[in-house]
Amino acid sequence: MSAPTLPLDQPAPKPGEPSGFAIGFENVCIAFDEKVVLDGVSFRLPHGETKALFGIAGSGKSILLKLAMGLLRPDSGRIWMLGEEVTRMSEEELFALRRRVGIVFQESALFDSLKVWENVAFRLVEEHVPDNEIESRVREVLRFVELERTYDMLPSELSGGMRRRVAIARAIITQPEVLLYDSPTAGLDPVTSNTIVELIMKQRDVYKTSALMVTHRLQDAFTMATHEFDRKSNQMATIPKGQRCEVPLSFLILRDGKVIFDGDAHELATSRDEYIREYIS
Amino acid sequence: MALELELVSPFDIAKDFVLSVQEYTLLSLQSLGNFFRRPLYMADMLQQADLIGFGSLPIVVLTGLSVGALLALNSASTLQRFGGITLIGQLVSIGMVTELGPLITGLMVAGRNASGMASELGSMIVTEQIDAMRALGTDPSKKLVTPRVGATAFMLFFLTIIADLLGLAGGWAVAHFLFGLDTNQYWTSAWQILVFRDVFTGLIKPVLFGFIIATIGCYYGMSTRGGTQGVGRSTTQAVVASSVLILVTDFFVTKLIFAVLGVR
Repeated sequence: MSAPTLPLDQPAPKPGEPSGFAIGFENVCIAFDEKVVLDGVSFRLPHGETKALFGIAGSGKSILLKLAMGLLRPDSGRIWMLGEEVTRMSEEELFALRRRVGIVFQESALFDSLKVWENVAFRLVEEHVPDNEIESRVREVLRFVELERTYDMLPSELSGGMRRRVAIARAIITQPEVLLYDSPTAGLDPVTSNTIVELIMKQRDVYKTSALMVTHRLQDAFTMATHEFDRKSNQMATIPKGQRCEVPLSFLILRDGKVIFDGDAHELATSRDEYIREYIS
Repeated sequence: MALELELVSPFDIAKDFVLSVQEYTLLSLQSLGNFFRRPLYMADMLQQADLIGFGSLPIVVLTGLSVGALLALNSASTLQRFGGITLIGQLVSIGMVTELGPLITGLMVAGRNASGMASELGSMIVTEQIDAMRALGTDPSKKLVTPRVGATAFMLFFLTIIADLLGLAGGWAVAHFLFGLDTNQYWTSAWQILVFRDVFTGLIKPVLFGFIIATIGCYYGMSTRGGTQGVGRSTTQAVVASSVLILVTDFFVTKLIFAVLGVR
């Protein structure tokens, strides 16, 4: 198998170390009943980089995101997030860390009894931000996802793609240092998917946010590898072929609970591993 | 389709039961501890008080009136046989204030709100809304459980007082209109029979019942597994468990008060 070696030779980031990775996994294992979901998963996500996570359904991609947030505890192994060792923190300590991280759930997970603006403003209300500032920031972030008109609507009145964009707005309103996307384009039409990919790209290129993105759609990740967000035209633009290696995007593929690939687009495209070749074909 | 039955060992059932009791105890203790930890969600508590308290008022009014009237109606014929119809006020008063008022109100609110809490929180679990809340840095125990526990215990106290009063009014209506008892005689005997122990018993119970209703409702809601079917199961279990626990607690609280303050 020609999968590149994992960067495990680098020292693990120490808690509180500012130069550490945005996210670090070291030999993480988790099983539910008898089923092993993740088996010795190790990888690093450098600051400012977006890592696209692939794997067949049930390969543990969403579990991996929940582990990174401390929503689940691994059976063994260590996880770091922004220099803090998640696996050693109490739930109370994790609440403070999670305020620095944003997550977009697969089914959006919007609070269905709250209006769109209340969903987006949830974190600001918790932080007792003044009402007028909340309104302006909510409108600004809804404008960012091009949904300002849904301000007073309920999540049940929105389409799937709109809900996903509101979830993105809720995740980015506090400008988190890390963003986790769980299949943000799953089940959406190509046009809406493209809009969401553009938003993720905008977050990567404009705000330099580190991100882990779970996806089934290889074309989304390749779009992100070959395009960048152009601030002037406010839309994504194709990167000339020679400059594509500078894009802060890497790929990670899970199979049977293990990492079988961790590298950039070029390494993925030139991989000789049969499974990977079949996966990307 | 062949129905496959899986045999579960008694050891596993016992282990699951002990684990459930442990988780319920932890949730209950945490919900109490949250009253002394910031942030305290007062706005959520007021909203829940409105939903639980004012929302339950119609059923409490109706059941209070009916139970008081039925108590008077059923005991009146016996009392009349022994020439003791004048004691009807005392009987309704003691029965409503010490036992039936808190019990019937508790069971009514359990049916209405334990199920509501279990289904609401259960739906939030299966749609990942609770995970989203945790991911947004908010403790669901503080934001969702503690306001419900505080609001239910607080409002059940006042709902029980209303139920007691309306029960007495129902008893008076039967005694006065069907058996011709003097109004003044009824209310004087109903008032004079009550002692501190009766009122204390009748007012400590709703606080305990309110705590049971909310913690059981929240526990079943927060431990929901298995989609919409799981939500339905949690809702049913919450009503059954809270009703049974209210009846069992009622017995032991009454016994304890008898032991501490003496039998009437």
